[in-house]
Formats: sequence, C-alpha cells, structure tokens
Amino acid sequence: MMEEQAIIRSLIASSPEILAIVGACFILIGSLFMGRRLGVLLTISSLVVVLLCAIVTLGVLESQQAVYGGSFIMDPFAIFFKCLIFLATALTILMSGRYLEQENIVEGEYHVLILFAMTGMMIMVSGTDLLVIYMGLELQSICFYVLVGFRRQVVGSNEAALKYVILGAVSSGIFLYGLSLVYGLTGSTQLSEITSVFIQSSKQDPMLILAVIFLVVGLLFKVGAVPLHMWVPDVYEGAPTPITAFLSVGSKAAAFAILLRILMDSLASLSEIWIDIVIVIAVATMALGSFVALAQSNIKRMLAYSSIAHAGFALLGIIAGGEQGVTSVMLYLLIYTFMNFGLFSIVIMMQKQGPRADEIYAYTGLAASHPVWAFLTLIFLFSMAGIPPTAGFFAKFYVLLALLEEGYVWIAVIAVLLSAVAAYFYLRIIMLMYMKKPIDDFKLSLTPALILVLLLTGIGTVGIGLAPDWFLAQAQAAFFSDTVIVSSATGP
Amino acid sequence: MDFPILSLIILLPAVGVIPLLFLTNARSIRWIALVFTAADFFLTILLLVLFQQTSHQMQFAETLEWVPALGIAYNVGVDGISVLFVFLTALLGWICVLASWNAITMKLKEFMICILIMQSLMIGVFCALDLFLFYVLWEAMLIPMYLLIGIWGGPNRVYAAFKFFLYTLAGSLLFLIGIIVLYIEGNQSFDILMLMSQDYGFEVQFWVFLAFLVAFAVKVPMVPVHTWLPDAHVEAPTAGSIILAGVLLKMGAYGFLRFSLPMLPDASQYFAPMVIGLSAIAIIYGGFLALAQTDLKKLIAYSSVSHMGFVTLGIFTFNNNGLMGGVLQMFNHGITTGALFLVVGLLYERTHTRQISDYGGLMKIIPVYTIFFGLFALASMAVPGTNGFIGELLILSGAFEVNAAAGVAAIVGAMLAAVYMLSLFKRVALGTAATFEGPTLLDVNPREMSGIIVLAIFAIWIGFYPKLFLSILKPTLDHLLTQVLGT
Repeated sequence: MMEEQAIIRSLIASSPEILAIVGACFILIGSLFMGRRLGVLLTISSLVVVLLCAIVTLGVLESQQAVYGGSFIMDPFAIFFKCLIFLATALTILMSGRYLEQENIVEGEYHVLILFAMTGMMIMVSGTDLLVIYMGLELQSICFYVLVGFRRQVVGSNEAALKYVILGAVSSGIFLYGLSLVYGLTGSTQLSEITSVFIQSSKQDPMLILAVIFLVVGLLFKVGAVPLHMWVPDVYEGAPTPITAFLSVGSKAAAFAILLRILMDSLASLSEIWIDIVIVIAVATMALGSFVALAQSNIKRMLAYSSIAHAGFALLGIIAGGEQGVTSVMLYLLIYTFMNFGLFSIVIMMQKQGPRADEIYAYTGLAASHPVWAFLTLIFLFSMAGIPPTAGFFAKFYVLLALLEEGYVWIAVIAVLLSAVAAYFYLRIIMLMYMKKPIDDFKLSLTPALILVLLLTGIGTVGIGLAPDWFLAQAQAAFFSDTVIVSSATGP
Repeated sequence: MDFPILSLIILLPAVGVIPLLFLTNARSIRWIALVFTAADFFLTILLLVLFQQTSHQMQFAETLEWVPALGIAYNVGVDGISVLFVFLTALLGWICVLASWNAITMKLKEFMICILIMQSLMIGVFCALDLFLFYVLWEAMLIPMYLLIGIWGGPNRVYAAFKFFLYTLAGSLLFLIGIIVLYIEGNQSFDILMLMSQDYGFEVQFWVFLAFLVAFAVKVPMVPVHTWLPDAHVEAPTAGSIILAGVLLKMGAYGFLRFSLPMLPDASQYFAPMVIGLSAIAIIYGGFLALAQTDLKKLIAYSSVSHMGFVTLGIFTFNNNGLMGGVLQMFNHGITTGALFLVVGLLYERTHTRQISDYGGLMKIIPVYTIFFGLFALASMAVPGTNGFIGELLILSGAFEVNAAAGVAAIVGAMLAAVYMLSLFKRVALGTAATFEGPTLLDVNPREMSGIIVLAIFAIWIGFYPKLFLSILKPTLDHLLTQVLGT
C-alpha cells in the first residue's frame, strides 16, 4: 500500500512533465499529417500543450515533500520557475511563427524540440537529486544544440551549434565531474543528504573545495558568466532569433534555479568556499558584459553581451543570499523575461529589412514612421538600462536592496557604476531611433502573434514597474522557506 | 483637507497627454497643452492661497499604499520650501508651452507630450514624501529630458543629450545606494519624515552624505561636475533650457535641503566647509567662464553655475540669513534665468544665431524686447529693486557670519556678474544696429509678452516686497535649522 501511494504521489507531482512529453510526442506524430497549414497548427497545438502544463502545474497541490524517493519536488520555488519557463516557452512559440516562414524552416521538429527543452528545464527546477538535475540539464541542452543549428542553410547557425555543442559538452563534463566528487565525499547524490553531510564536514578539505568549484563552474556556464561566456555572443547571433530569446531567458532561468537551490541550500554551509568566487565572477561578468557591449554593431550580439551583464547583476542576489537575495534573483529573472522577450520580438519585427536587419543601424529613424513600435522599443531599452518607472529598475533596486542589507556596499557601488556604463549602449539605439533621419523605408513583419507578444511584454515591463507588489509577493511566497538558510549569517 | 489637490496638480499635466495622443492638428495640440499647464498653474495658486504660512508641517498630505512589503508608499505633501517650487514649476510650465508655440516645427505632439510628462514628474519630485517615490520620479525625468534635448535640440544635440543623461544617471545611481542604506539603517521605511527622525551613526552619515553629494552636485551643478550644463543648455530647445535652468537645477539644492541637512546633520556640518569652498570656487570660476563666452546661451549657462554657487553657499552657512537667502535665491534663479533663456530663445527664433557678436543696437530695432532683456539682466546681477538683490544680500550676510573668505568670494562673483551681464547688454542692445538676413526683426507679440510680463512682475515684486515669500519659508527653514543644529 505504501509503495503504491508513493508511486501515485510521484506521478501526480510530475504530471506536468509527463504531460509535456506526451504532448510533444503527439505533435511530433501529428506534424506528419498537418499538411499545408502546418505552421499555424503547430503553433496552436504547442501553445495548448504549454497551457495545459501550466494549468496542471498550478492545479497540482504543492508540497514540500520530495517524491521519487527524494529526488523530485514540486515546491512553490519549482512552481514559480515553471511558470516562468511556461511564459518563456509560450512567448517563444508565438514569436516563432512568422520567423520560421521567412527562414523557410517550418518543421514539426522545431516545436517538439522546444517542448522537450521546456521539459528539461522543468525537470531541472524540480530536481532535488544531482543526477535528476543533470538529466534535465542534458535534455535541455541537447534540444538547444539542435535548435541553435536549425537554420541549416546558414553558416553562422551551424557554427553556433557546433560551438555550443563542444563547449556545452565540456561544461556538462565539468558538472558531472563535480557531481561524482560530491558522491565520493558524501555517498549520495540527493541534495538533502548532501546538505547534512556538508554541514559537518571540514571546510579545508581540498576534495570538497574542488567538488564545489566544479559544480558551480558547470552551472555558471549555462548562465553565461565570465570566464565561461565565450559561447554566448556567437550562439546568440547564429541561432534563430526566437531560440536566442528562449535560450537567454529560459535556459538561464533554469540554471539560476539550480544555482539557487544548490548554493543557497546544500552548499550554504560551505559559502566561505564559493562566496568569493561568485563575487569575483559576478563583478567580472557585469564589467565584461557592459564594456564589450559598447563595441557591438549587431543587435543580437549586443543583446548577448547585455544578457551577460544582466546575469552578472542577478548573481549579486546570490551573493546577498538569504530570503531577500533569493527572492531578488527570482524577481529579476521574471522581469528580465518580459523585457528581453520584448526586445527580441522587436528584432524579429525588423527581420524583413534584409541582410543587415540585425545591425543596430537598421533602427535609424524608426520613430519617424512607426512611433508606437519605436516607443515600445524605448520602454524595453530603458527597462534594460534600469531607469524607472520601468520594471527593470525595480529588478535592479531589489537586488541592490538585498545586497546592501548584507553589507556589500562596495559591490553595490561597482554594480551601479557598471550599469551606468551599460546604459550607454541602450541609449544609443534610442538615439538612432529618435534622433536620426531614417535611411530607407521600413518593412516591418508584424503578425497578430508578434503583436500579442509585444503587447504582453510591454504591459509586463511597465506593469511590474508601476505595481511590483503582487509579483514581489509571489516571489517571496515561492521562496523555499522550509530549509535553513545559513549563508545570510556569513556575510562580511 | 480631503480634496486631493496635490495629486491633482501632479497628475493634471500627465492627464493632458491623453487627449494629445488623439489629436493631429498642430493648433489644437498647442491649445490643449496650454490649457492643461495653465489649469495646473491656477491650481498651484490655489495651493499657495490655502497654504498655512505659520506651520512647518507637511500640508495637504496624502498617503496611498504602493509596495507595503517594502514600506513604500505614494506619500505626498508640501512644506514651505516645496510649495514654492511646485508653484515655480507650474509657472514655468505654461511659459514653456508658449515659448515653443511656433519654435517647434517638427513632431510638435511628441514635444508637448514630453513637456507635460516632464511637468508632472517635476512637481511630483517636489511633493514626494517617500524616498522611493522621489527617486523613481527623479530618475524618470531623465527620459523626457533626454528626448527633449536629443530630438529638438541644436546641431550638437545628441552629444549633449548623452552627456546630460550619463552624468545624471551616474550621480543618481550612487544616490540610490545612499537611499537604500538609509532605508536599512532607518527602520526599514522610505517615509521621509520617519527617516528624518532617525539618528544615524556618524560613519553612516559620512558615506551617505558623499553619495548624496555626488547626485545633487551633478544636478546643481557644482564645480567640477558642471561640464554637462553648458552643452545641455546650449543644445536644448528654449523650453528645455527654461526647464533645465528653472527647475532641474533647483532639484539638486532641494535634495540638500530635504535629505542631506535634516537626515544627515552631523555629516552636513562636517562637510559644510568643503561645500562652501566648492561653492566659492563655482561662484568665481563660473563668473570668469561667463565673462569669456561668445555664445548667448553659453554665457547664461555659466552664469547659472555661478548663481547656483550662491545658493549652495547660502544653504551650507546654516544660519537664518544664509539659508533663507539660499532658498529664496533658488526661486529667484528660476524666475530670472528662466526669463533670460526665454528672451534669448525669442531672439534666436527670429535671427537663428546665438553669437553675441552678431548682435548690436537691438534697442533701436525692438525696444520693448530690449527693455525686458535689460530688466532680467539687471535682476540676474542682483541690482537693488530686483529679486536677485534680496537673495544675494541675505546670502552675503549669512556667509560673512561663517566664513569671511567665502563672503569675499561671493562679492567678487557678484561683481563679475555685473561685468558680464552689463557687457552682454551693451554688446547686444546698444551701439550701432546690426543687420540681419531675412524679414525685419519684430518686437515681442502678446503671446510672448504674457510670459515675460509675469516673470518680470515676480522679479520686481520679490525685489521690493519679498515678505510673502519669506514668511512662507520662515517656519520651515527655522525648523530645518533646528534639525541641522540639533537645538
């Protein structure tokens, strides 16, 4: 009886993942019979799958108890991140329609791979066993390897995929190596057991230090932190634009979720080992992202470096630690989802401009002929730069609040000065749009789906900025409060 | 008082944006913008009338929850200092609209939207009693101002807009850190009155003061972070210059009055000699720079640096006269320099040149205009009978009580002001009449006159009978002094 109950509970807790996989398989088979209306049907059916998963996720009773023998959990923290992932997936699918038609790559596999990648991320954020987490990570990564190279005829896309595969494999290897070291030290891959062993272990053990570093490095690769950022610009530039957006939000959010779960919980007692590493990495990431973005002329590359800088800023929340630190990272990622998808849909909107559509100069004078879209771009850009009353400001504000609460004043000062640097390259696009005369006519590719994405992200970007209260409360409620947070006590 | 008059004053200009969005006709766009700014102005007159002059308390206070989890609220109210600047902002608002009536030929709708939003934000800044709200409004002002300079400015506008934006942003981000530190040290609240009543340790005050100083010094602007000002002023359209000189520069000084002094009294006293020194440098250095200019707007911009030096000097003397003079001079500077940019803008609109050497003998061509130009020049150099005299006299008497050297520097600055203003007037208005290409130079028309007249009335009113303004300020400033000096 106990066995059966446990199995049923496990199945219920993982029902969103099961649903996503089943749905993806149906679409894979169905896509063979969809015929001429393939594109629209694929979009609708994948959206339905995402929506169903979301409903089930919100409907399933959350519980603090891990299932599958302690390796999978459906706690509020996981639900928060799953909702974020659903949002990102839905927006990606909505953005993809016209883009795929233009690139002439309408194929069922594309949507199926997106759904599988989504499943991978869902498993990642729910995993409480390093092996489960690793499995989700790999499922997600492998789907992205293919998706990044989906524009088979384009050399840049192939190059991006190849780079991503090789570097991604190395990082997975590093993570796996750290995992095996942890297993050797603790005799378990489950986070809860690892936690209890680590609390008692000696902080001087070189094996332990090595294991922690390997784990952290493997995850920081996915986040795109310096010095593991080299893949980001090339992959972002070469990948199909919706996939770039998905990669920069979904993949990053899932990696952050694991970073939070592992660092704030299992490795919290070892914070003196990793905290200095993370501080150095966060500052270096922000600095490199902000300064190198200044020199970019391709908007996708610029957004890649900007996403590196944003990752650095979100890492500050991890440094702060504690409830506020974790919450601030979650809120940051949520807000980043809105503004980043907004900007990427603007990039897709400009797609028709020809081969130089991705150049920043393609935006010159946009405000003269298309004031509404230019204004929306302006909002996204100011939000990226962190200027109130947009949501981007509140995200930064809350991270800084958490950081200062723990007394890291100098890091906060460096962070704000670097974001003043970063403001320059966002402003430059606004300058081009508003203060220069258009070079030639604009041919925007606007579909109802894309307009919907633009409106949703626009509302999110302004709305969270003006009324952050509800979102803040959600993030706070989703904090994994059952666990003892040690790191907040170890600030300087 | 239940009627939310402050919220109405803050929101009215922003509400005016909504009808503007649907209009395409330039004429109706202008009129709608004018109606909303003028209505706002009348509301602020009502506010002044209803204002209790004997109290230092915050009046017309309103509170609305915003982010209760972090103790953030929409919290507004005015005291003697802010009520004056709300009034000044609303006064310059409709003058800006009139000044842009024909001057803006391109994207008029967007321009008026920027002006209206700017006005809402500026009034909001002066009313905010919640630090977070204050910061949001203060930062948000950068967006319309950046666009105002960058889209409708002169030839070098993009450079000026970037410089303005990045200078101010870098300063205010440090301000943000200071705010958060105060929040953490002061009972997890953003309520300004609550934060004023807290006692902070000297070390906290020391660093927070420095962080605030950077932000406010950029805005004022104090030497050596003043270099954005000439560029921004010269490139901005007339209305932009009026807003910049009339209101934005006041915000730095207002920040000192509202935050640095009452919240960080020990650090304020500690740093007062430094600020006074910087002010003295600004007065003289700005004066000499103004002396050397060949561009009308640049000259007035550098004179602003010098005059704002008087303001910060007065504030940091921490005695009755100095403080009173400093705040009054803020108001005066808004009137006078706003007026100077207005008249210079009118001239530029007609002749399309700002080079002083291109002008001469305007007295013979457009006498009415020249008389007012002369009046504002006199007010700017603080001739007795104009508003500038009262302010500078109070500041000087305050300065000599504290630091004779600073007082001497201020006198030298006042003399420099006389030199550059008189020489400006001589070169532009007297001598042989210059010839200009294009149609003959027209004197001021009634539309232009309305703004000039009102500003002139204030300049002379304060010059002869400043009692109303002083009595509004007195209780608030007395209270402020007790907060700083701790008696």
